[in-house]
Amino acid sequence: MPPIQEPAERHTLSLLVDNEPGVLARIVGLFSGRGYNIDSLTVSEVSHDSRRSRITVVTTGAPMIIEQIKSQLDRLVPVHRVVDLTVIGKAVERELALIKVRGKGEIRQEALLIADSFRARTVDTTLESFVFEITGKPDKIDQFVSLLEPLGLVEVSRTGVAAIGRGPDAM
Amino acid sequence: MMREMTGAEMVMQALIDQGVEHMFGYPGGAVLPIYDAMFHQNQVRHVLVRHEQGAVHMAEGYARSSGKVGVVLVTSGPGATNAVTGLTDALLDSIPLVCITGQVPTHLIGTDAFQECDTVGITRPCTKHNYLVRDINDLARVLHEAFYVAQNGRPGPVVVDIPKDIQFARGMYVGPENIQHKTYQPRLKGDPEKIRQAVELLAKAKRPVFYTGGGVINSGPEASRLLRELARLTGHPVTSTLMGLGAYPAADKQWLGMLGMHGTYEANMAMHDCDVMVCVGARFDDRITGRVDAFSPHSKKIHIDIDPSSINKNVKVDLPIIGDVKHVLEDMLTLWRAMKIEPDRRAIADWWVQIDKWRARKSLAFTPSDRIIKPQQAIKALYDQVKDKDVYITTEVGQHQMWAAQHFHFEQPNRWMTSGGLGTMGYGLPAAIGVQVAHPGSLVIDIAGEASIQMCLQELSTALQFNLPVKIFVLNNEYMGMVRQWQDLLHGGRYSHSYSESLPDFVKLAEAYGAVGLRCANPADLDATIAEMINVDRPVLFDCLVDKTENVLPMIPSGKPHNEMIMPDHPEALDEAISEEGKMLV
Repeated sequence: MPPIQEPAERHTLSLLVDNEPGVLARIVGLFSGRGYNIDSLTVSEVSHDSRRSRITVVTTGAPMIIEQIKSQLDRLVPVHRVVDLTVIGKAVERELALIKVRGKGEIRQEALLIADSFRARTVDTTLESFVFEITGKPDKIDQFVSLLEPLGLVEVSRTGVAAIGRGPDAM
Repeated sequence: MMREMTGAEMVMQALIDQGVEHMFGYPGGAVLPIYDAMFHQNQVRHVLVRHEQGAVHMAEGYARSSGKVGVVLVTSGPGATNAVTGLTDALLDSIPLVCITGQVPTHLIGTDAFQECDTVGITRPCTKHNYLVRDINDLARVLHEAFYVAQNGRPGPVVVDIPKDIQFARGMYVGPENIQHKTYQPRLKGDPEKIRQAVELLAKAKRPVFYTGGGVINSGPEASRLLRELARLTGHPVTSTLMGLGAYPAADKQWLGMLGMHGTYEANMAMHDCDVMVCVGARFDDRITGRVDAFSPHSKKIHIDIDPSSINKNVKVDLPIIGDVKHVLEDMLTLWRAMKIEPDRRAIADWWVQIDKWRARKSLAFTPSDRIIKPQQAIKALYDQVKDKDVYITTEVGQHQMWAAQHFHFEQPNRWMTSGGLGTMGYGLPAAIGVQVAHPGSLVIDIAGEASIQMCLQELSTALQFNLPVKIFVLNNEYMGMVRQWQDLLHGGRYSHSYSESLPDFVKLAEAYGAVGLRCANPADLDATIAEMINVDRPVLFDCLVDKTENVLPMIPSGKPHNEMIMPDHPEALDEAISEEGKMLV
């Protein structure tokens, strides 16, 4: 019997963690073990000297679950900070995608026009294909991909969301 | 202190420097260097177990009864995987352990080498933290850090996995001085403003209740003392979870008994009808709350916990206070006195009148028989004979565990060791051995069932080897009683594989181990046989044949709120107690 049902919300969390073996497994295992959602996950070292990595997780859940996720993450020993970018205000969120389209004739023209209007770059071209690179908010990329769908979309590779708070302060 | 030594020597030196006196373990290929280093010292005494699960439960019993960190040493592969049940048990019950596991040499990791397993991978979700040491120069720091993490904040088990080549390698040993985790710094003091609000809520309460848990025990004996003081000052009733028994004295008139699924009527009704609830070091577990959306519907809830992730996990609270129970209770007491609070004595007196009406239902009542031993009668008889002694109780898991919680009464903390969160059958005997190691002169009794006791019975041999005169009091009803009770409740009394077939002759079995075997089936002989058990200075296995059909009552059926308990005077209500929704729950 679940407790009071509240509507799910989408939250973007930023974590600063020790860049040690197993830290990502610890975080992913926490989400899967406790049945939380991961919509997107990015991770990379941000400070070589202090061996810190920054992880951006986009998750959805009822407010009580989001609170749980943050507390559960925060009590992991190698996790230094957990910041909910969705709570602190409009953060900058960006994602990069590489998208391959295959086709000939008019279709190629159409694909190039769409790519141009989305300010995507063409990073690979053959006589029958393009690879586009696009950076933007996830929903912009969604839209771009859906427009390319009927024009011979072959595959998509997305990085997941990287996010940072606005203003002068660090997380 | 800096000194060059081998990794294996560092392990022993770190244990000595951490003040470890006893450890529990089992040797194997990947820990031989550590066993060799152990051979060259006599400060840390090693208890050789018969199965690694036993080692971890022993360390748990040792830790819970002494307040120290329990230490385990096992080999790679099966040594580590056998320890997993105990580690999970310690995680759920917040018991501080350091478990050192051997690992194949670093160059063989990942090759499916003999007795290799991914120990840190397997134990990641069942430890508070774990480490794989790949560099000899990290080893000493990691070992000291492991002790720090295990016992600071919410306690828990920590695994340190040490490849065999690291045990042989030489490096610089550093002592424990000033080793703290660089970022893991749990908050001990509660927010003063929240504490002030809590005291104000308490001052105005008309129907308050203290709902206490294992966190009071974990916070140390001082926390129990402060709880008693606060209860005395306020005059408010106190109940506790299974894990918290003993933090508040059972003989006190403000004690309501245990709450929850098999708690007393007065405790559960007080929880349901209260207007202010103070949860002290407990976590609103499903055994406690019953149906969550009908849990204590009219109360303001204050929750004191050292672990922020316990707050609002199952039940939304009005006033969370993050901090160590001892510190928060101390601040509450100081403030209560400073504010010269006069509680609403008339309202509180009315509240006690109501509670006394609930008490009069006598929810733990049972009818003794002169023909057959009732399990409750057996616990009561045991309690009557040992209550004035220096006694520690452990249990296995099942009906006997609940009867022990209901009918054995505790006046002091750290006297009651039971597997609460994980519910691990086989916990009680090794835990009792661990307790006896920590308290050699005390009376240590494992209250057991005939099914549970067979899950770690091999540790009787450990008890014999180390002259640990633990007593095993088996309530033998020839059923996995709690399973049978739930089959009665949910499955039309079809006892699918819940009977204990082909039971050994426990008396002969005890004798085969070199222990003393006793049996009693006649209520008239019960007291004398218990006296015999207590007076023998050797391990005893007491086979107490009890009523096979008795159920644990009272009971909140799963999916029901606190005010819909099944009482022993109307057990027939059990038949229709559980809804279709409730059947899905455990």
